[in-house]
Amino acid sequence: MDAIILQILNGLDKGSAYALIALGLTLIFGTLGVVNFAHGALFMIGAFCAVALQRLFGLSKTTIDESQVDFLGNPLKVQTPYLESWFGHDFGQALIDWSVPLAILLAIPVMLAVGYVMERGLIKHFYKRPHADQILVTFGLAIVLQEIVKYYFGANPIPTPSPAAFRGSLDFGVLVGFDANVIIYPYWRLVYFLFSGVIIAAVFAFLQFTTFGMVVRAGMADRETVGLLGIDIDRRFTLMFGIAAAVAGLAGVMYTPILSPTYSMGMDFLVLSFVVVVVGGMGSLPGAVMSGFLLGILQSFASMNEVKSLLPGIDQIIIYLVAIIILLTRPRGLMGRKGVMEE
Amino acid sequence: MTKNNFSRRGVLKTGAFAGAGLAMPTIFTASSASAFTNAPSGSSVKFGFNVPQTGPYSEEGLDELRAQQLAVEHLNGEGDGGMLNTFSSKVLDGTGILGKKVEFVTGDTQTKSDVARASAQSMIQKDGVIMINGGSSSGVAVAVQGLCQEAGIIFMAGLTHSNDTTGKDRKANGFRHFFNAYMSGAALAPVLLNAYGPDRNAYHLTADYTWGWTQQESIQASTEAIGWKTTNNVLTPVGAGDFSSYIAPVLNSGADVLVLNHYGADMVNSLTQAVQFGLRDKMVNGKQFEIVVPLYSELMAAGAGANIQGVYGSMNWNWQLQDAGTQAFVKSFGEKYGFPPSNAAQTCYVQTLLYADAVTRAGAFNPCAVVEALEGFEFDGMGNGPTLYRADDHQCFKDVLVMKGKENPANQYDTLEVVEVTPAAQVTYAPDHPMFGGAEASLGECNDGA
Amino acid sequence: MLGLNRKDTILMLIVIALTLGAPVLLNPFPADSAMAQFNAGYPDLMQRFVIFGILAIGFNILFGLTGYLSFGHAAFLGVGSYAAVWMFKLLSMNVVPALVLSVVVAGLFSVLIGYVSLRRSGIYFSILTLAFAQMSYNMAYSVLTPITNGETGLQVYSNDPQYLLGNGPQVTHLFGLEMRAKAVVEMGGWTFDFSVGYYLAAIMMLAAFYLSLRIFRSPFGMMLRAVKSNQNRLNYTGINSRPYTLAAFVISGMYAGLAGGLLASMDPLAGAERMQWTASGEIVLMTILGGAGTLIGPVVGAVFIKYFENIFSKINEHVLHGWFGWLPDGVEDVVTWILARFVGEGWHLTLGLLFMLVVIFLPGGLVEGGQKLARLLRRSRPDGTTPSNTPAE
Repeated sequence: MDAIILQILNGLDKGSAYALIALGLTLIFGTLGVVNFAHGALFMIGAFCAVALQRLFGLSKTTIDESQVDFLGNPLKVQTPYLESWFGHDFGQALIDWSVPLAILLAIPVMLAVGYVMERGLIKHFYKRPHADQILVTFGLAIVLQEIVKYYFGANPIPTPSPAAFRGSLDFGVLVGFDANVIIYPYWRLVYFLFSGVIIAAVFAFLQFTTFGMVVRAGMADRETVGLLGIDIDRRFTLMFGIAAAVAGLAGVMYTPILSPTYSMGMDFLVLSFVVVVVGGMGSLPGAVMSGFLLGILQSFASMNEVKSLLPGIDQIIIYLVAIIILLTRPRGLMGRKGVMEE
Repeated sequence: MTKNNFSRRGVLKTGAFAGAGLAMPTIFTASSASAFTNAPSGSSVKFGFNVPQTGPYSEEGLDELRAQQLAVEHLNGEGDGGMLNTFSSKVLDGTGILGKKVEFVTGDTQTKSDVARASAQSMIQKDGVIMINGGSSSGVAVAVQGLCQEAGIIFMAGLTHSNDTTGKDRKANGFRHFFNAYMSGAALAPVLLNAYGPDRNAYHLTADYTWGWTQQESIQASTEAIGWKTTNNVLTPVGAGDFSSYIAPVLNSGADVLVLNHYGADMVNSLTQAVQFGLRDKMVNGKQFEIVVPLYSELMAAGAGANIQGVYGSMNWNWQLQDAGTQAFVKSFGEKYGFPPSNAAQTCYVQTLLYADAVTRAGAFNPCAVVEALEGFEFDGMGNGPTLYRADDHQCFKDVLVMKGKENPANQYDTLEVVEVTPAAQVTYAPDHPMFGGAEASLGECNDGA
Repeated sequence: MLGLNRKDTILMLIVIALTLGAPVLLNPFPADSAMAQFNAGYPDLMQRFVIFGILAIGFNILFGLTGYLSFGHAAFLGVGSYAAVWMFKLLSMNVVPALVLSVVVAGLFSVLIGYVSLRRSGIYFSILTLAFAQMSYNMAYSVLTPITNGETGLQVYSNDPQYLLGNGPQVTHLFGLEMRAKAVVEMGGWTFDFSVGYYLAAIMMLAAFYLSLRIFRSPFGMMLRAVKSNQNRLNYTGINSRPYTLAAFVISGMYAGLAGGLLASMDPLAGAERMQWTASGEIVLMTILGGAGTLIGPVVGAVFIKYFENIFSKINEHVLHGWFGWLPDGVEDVVTWILARFVGEGWHLTLGLLFMLVVIFLPGGLVEGGQKLARLLRRSRPDGTTPSNTPAE
């Protein structure tokens, strides 16, 4: 029992990452009909917003300390972050400590801008092109973005710790009557889960309760008719692309304390997020979210020692296995609409 | 540039094949059948440096490349000579090798066996290299070692830690300077006994591929020899990213030590997440919960940041050592590139010098002569103390470092501290040890491609 | 000739000439010159060109004709390689049984996957094939290590049974003709390698190309095109298209198996990463880059990508300094610094940029784009012949 609760918690957390990425991907699929292979790269850029802010906060004044020497025997250069010299030691340190959550403020404008430039500069010209061309151009773009990040930040994972306040874990088991240490859950993962819940709710509310959202939803259902009604759907779709990019980027920012960012993290998530989207059903936002959580939880269950001892290696293939089963029993995934990306 | 055929029979056959099938140009010259593959003919000799330049280990590969270039400079008499000044064998004098200037070509392995073989093939077939050095994973090392054996050139392995490289997959033309999983276990166990006592229960998370398995096997054996129990060994997918499902059950399993048999980004993530779960703040069985990472590298330490503090592991070499060889190398590397070398860099640097030295002592580039010169070679002054290249399996035997994540790092390179230098005798094993392929494992015959 | 019309015969003859002459054509620079870095005429790379050419030709039969985008084709490549290496381990180093078994095994495997995956179309089909391939890869890398030798890759050991080996050679061969044997011709400063392995693979590719040409021109090919243009309408006419698509899937799977078998024959090692999604993605990219649906495009795409992977990744800063040593010091440093971002460790960047440039400026891939460009040039000439409207597929 405790093991199952434990894995549900882990699964919810994995699932929230999958759901957030799949949500953005579905927005682009559903509204624009574009297969975006650069979506993983957007997630990665988001994560590197956190790294960039951490670096920015860490910018330091260099003073030379004659009393100490570095590894070559030269006088040691001591680095003091400017933030500390400007705002005093304590507040400066606190800012640096909180750089990951603060990076959200940086990531939103950056990702909106990246999304806007990408859509206007490149994707726009590919709406009417075959999916194959879309795949090639976005894959090329993903490689280019990845290499640029690699040039500036290197290929090694970069430590991006959560604020000190969120280190350690909550003893969830004690709260519901189990022994201590049986069900523990890191605070930061709790934060991530809540954060993704807020984002998902915000996106749905935006589409449901605003005129803008209504038009976009109508556009998703029947783009031509909306166009005939004299509504400029293109401009709205540009903004949708920006929002999708921002959702992916925010998912990336907040994930950095869990997964140390590397330039290739986007590619690692790319395939998985496509599977999540398709299992959810093409063009369905609730489907994408649902399938994200479902696959996350199932993957956690498959990682349990009890399951692994019965079926060795099941944790490595569970996602794909579930995807096959669902697609064979439900032709358009969990909640897919007829005719979307079927030809 | 001369190219040669692999066998006389092959020459005859291809001659017939080509003659029958193709209109041959009138100035057809059958290639001069030289004595061995890629025998250097002009005034220079070419090395192939085959390292990961893209993909997850590219940082490590690029550091290897820096060290290899430095080695070539030193062999050609440029720079300050580095370890040539401290090396116990004095035949290298900075005039290249046997009077030939050393040149090199580079390639990208992408840390994939297939690509690494393709890259090595192009070095052998197109560039005519006489020796290949490098690599940052055991799968790649074993694959390229096999290729070099078939082609008849020497392979000087870079960073490869699996027992198999000089165990069941050992080859006559392949040599490994780096230490291996067994040595990690043998070196770590006494230190762990000292630090954590004999009454411990270990829980292993192991990367699910050959290197992970050999390391897990080695660590389990050596920790059980000091009285520890092994609670569980869980195999984790390579590149899993999120290890929470594997880490969460650890605390409730009765284990009080977590052993992470991971490398690279997997290790950074699993350690970061284990610390995030608060494992190291917990008390289990009345003892402080501890984490052990058997194989360390500087880059992983940098990637894991503060999470590594106080965690034990092992290394082949570290730039903080105080012997003359290390100091000479760190000085010339640091002055050229501005930061201290990694242990992957050191092993590639030393391997390149050792190859050059063996050729010079043998007086010939013929791979079989080189093999003979390297087998049983004892040397010193290369940063690892007195070292033996064992003839039975082409594995170097030398001191192994036990490291610990530094509590208060003074700068960004000061992440690990040397806790103990385990003497070579303590990590030596029999060539037919069961973890190394047993009695069946054999080097085979040296191949010079003739 | 051989059931081809005049235009196809000319295309076939051009392909034959290019393939057989590749060892000379791909080595345009003298071996000792600085430009020799760009020579691709060494056996291993030429073999890769034609083998990946076979793979892409096969993929194109499925994707180019039916429009079904398989994202798991590398699985068949990997299965073919494993089958071939197992033949080397069990029988002898002769490549014939290895190639036969690799095609058969890949064929059976593709029947299985194709039968299941073809129940869905569009992106659902793509994800099904992707899922099967990723499962194969993950299993081969870890759980199935006894069969696949995991991360290290399956290889031949001296203590393998090899029941039919006898006194035969310990390297891969075709009835005694060793794959690695080669004739080296030196002409002035030029060096040309004519290797057995390359010509075996090249002949296989020519056969594969001829077969695909015939399929493209056959009623069966027409039927597949009908699937692509409108499957619903086809179904309404009372034709069940599934057997046709399955046949196309299996044929293309067998092509991939042959390619895998050939890879193993040239170099008897089969690594699991041959089945990873990145490898499947590479096949897709090759085909689209060259021009999906055109006959020669996929081969062009395969050559293009493999050339970058093997040639550009080997140009390092040291080499660049050698090239630009004649420039003034400051200028030299700037030039080499900029170029170094695009070669060696940065070769991925060049590849990504080229993907984008090709798809933006040459829609339809290199071949179609090239044809359009040629037509444009011809049209601008006043005495130009009338451009043909049917692209030479």
